[in-house]
Amino acid sequence: MAVSSSSATSTVMNNVEAVRATLYEAMKTDDRTVILGEDVGARGNVFLITKDFINEFGPERVIDTPIAEASIVGIAVGMAMEGLRPVAEIQFADFIYPAFNQIVGEAAKTRYRSNGEYTCPLVIRTPYGGGVRGALSHSVSIEALFYHVPGLKIVAPAFPADVKGLLNASIDDPDPVLFLEHKKTYRLIKGEVPDGHYTIPLGKANILKEGTQLSVVSYGLYVHWALEAAQKLQEEGLSVEVIDLRSIRPMDKGTILRSVEKTRKLLIVHEDNKFGGIGAEISAMVAEEALFHLDAPIRRLAAPDVPAMGYALPLEEEYMSSPGEMAEAMRELVKF
Amino acid sequence: MAKTDVKTGTLERRGLSDDQLRALLRNMLLQRQLDNRGFQLNRQGKVPFALGSEGHEALQAGAAMAFSRGKDLLAPYYRDLGLCLGIGLSPYEILLSIFARAADHNGGRQFPNHYSSKAAGLMSFSSILAAHIPHAVGAAYALQYRGEKGRAVLATCGDGTTSEGEWHESMNFAAIHKLPFVMLVENNEWAISTPLDKQMAQPEIWKRAAGYGIPGRRFNGFDPIETYAAVKEAMDRARSGGGPSLIEGTCYRYLAHSTDDNDMTYRTKEEVLEHRKHDPVPRFESILVEYGVMTAQDVEAMRKDVLRETNEATDKAESMPYPEPKDLYTHVYEGAWEPWQ
Repeated sequence: MAVSSSSATSTVMNNVEAVRATLYEAMKTDDRTVILGEDVGARGNVFLITKDFINEFGPERVIDTPIAEASIVGIAVGMAMEGLRPVAEIQFADFIYPAFNQIVGEAAKTRYRSNGEYTCPLVIRTPYGGGVRGALSHSVSIEALFYHVPGLKIVAPAFPADVKGLLNASIDDPDPVLFLEHKKTYRLIKGEVPDGHYTIPLGKANILKEGTQLSVVSYGLYVHWALEAAQKLQEEGLSVEVIDLRSIRPMDKGTILRSVEKTRKLLIVHEDNKFGGIGAEISAMVAEEALFHLDAPIRRLAAPDVPAMGYALPLEEEYMSSPGEMAEAMRELVKF
Repeated sequence: MAKTDVKTGTLERRGLSDDQLRALLRNMLLQRQLDNRGFQLNRQGKVPFALGSEGHEALQAGAAMAFSRGKDLLAPYYRDLGLCLGIGLSPYEILLSIFARAADHNGGRQFPNHYSSKAAGLMSFSSILAAHIPHAVGAAYALQYRGEKGRAVLATCGDGTTSEGEWHESMNFAAIHKLPFVMLVENNEWAISTPLDKQMAQPEIWKRAAGYGIPGRRFNGFDPIETYAAVKEAMDRARSGGGPSLIEGTCYRYLAHSTDDNDMTYRTKEEVLEHRKHDPVPRFESILVEYGVMTAQDVEAMRKDVLRETNEATDKAESMPYPEPKDLYTHVYEGAWEPWQ
């Protein structure tokens, strides 16, 4: 953690409060920062993240847009090209598809196609993920659709302190960042957040729990469940290391490889679909770089190959992994 | 075409000086010469692709004359050679793009005609139609947000682009915020092979302005003076806080869409020849001669000068080096990059 204004004090927040506090500070300290999206103004965002911002910063900086995701991102790209530091919000990650070209074809390629003459310092924030009875269009994970794209950075923090440090780093970043906030963690997860301004560099994973028999790599909500499962196994005398990726692009190869070389076994856990998911890239990287350190096949615990989780509780539960399933997968792999 | 003032018998020149009228013609002649050069180089096997703006010369020369260099921003599309020349790009810069040389603004990365130059206020754009319109609107928002009076963003597109959702979204947003923004549609009647009547039931694009609650008008894009006046009126309104406009210039695409297209598969030679009768370039030449702005000899000398400049730019650009293989890896992000940290 790079703490610029040193402060020994901290405040307990949940993830929503951490996003809100960080955005507030960014708006306070840099008048190039503007927020735009659906219902971010008078309503203060559907999760109340920007509540009252419009009163303090005015409608010119807290812009309620029409319901038009492609141009929310496209207009933010133009603002960024012309010197502002926009934070665009897509109300739910499920609604980001109309903006796909603006993110992949435009924001991610602005610097490249102009040979560095134009840049696109833009943050796109969006709540994602399930476990909230969100059905087909309020529950998806979108990271795998975007992590294939050079020019983009993708962040998916799990803890309030990481939300703050990584959101600060994303806002400071000279390139476009897709900032993914797991909506089930919004109010569920609380933690100490250091006061004062600090950043956490993009591309640095965090070892949440050290262990010797298995490395578990995850991000987002599943980090918390994997940690819960690993602690359960600890009581059974099994030692599992849990790594929170925090950033998906760039990704922290060093931390993953060092862990796998120590534990000799790897389990990747994510909420997104297994086929073509983040776990596939991690598996390939480990197979290329550390195959002979492995004592067991790499294992992935991820969503089945269906379009989405259903609204009915059994359909949601079947789609998602549970801490119990994670614990079982860990046990099997440790004992392999 | 430019009309005479009945009372005085003089050219209705809309405040343009003789020098400006000559500059309009020179831009038009240069466009035609450079278009021709791109196609020649393609036929010679020297470049893989070319795309022309023939038929848009008057519209683009006139529109560029209404652009305020050093202040306004231009968000063009790929058939805007004359606009880009008119706001300050040189034939050499155009040829660097055609030859994909390292010294090109885009480092030889983009297709020809996808010009960008931060110094000229020319915003970078892709080939994806209408994707640049929200960028123009976002830039206009930035100008307004910073209180930069006297500046505006001119965005252009063809008739085809007006079918895209982002075109509508951008017009709507610009209108809501009364942004310093002008949407100039260059209606050449063809979206590659698709004629207007298959693009829209109501073919007068400017009339959509009423739906956004902003001013709209249509003008003859074969007339550079009328174009200048229409674009200037809209840009002046935008620069002075009067909000956005939707203006439509009518023109025609004389060439196939690109060197990879055969337009005889979807339109007839007769149709093209009929439109050629109204070709804006010889028409404007004869108007300037008729009204004594230039002599026929002056026009001929200008034509020769344009050819000389094009030849020199061609030779100079062709002699420049390609980007090197290592240049593939730069400017992905700021600084050196590796997805695995």
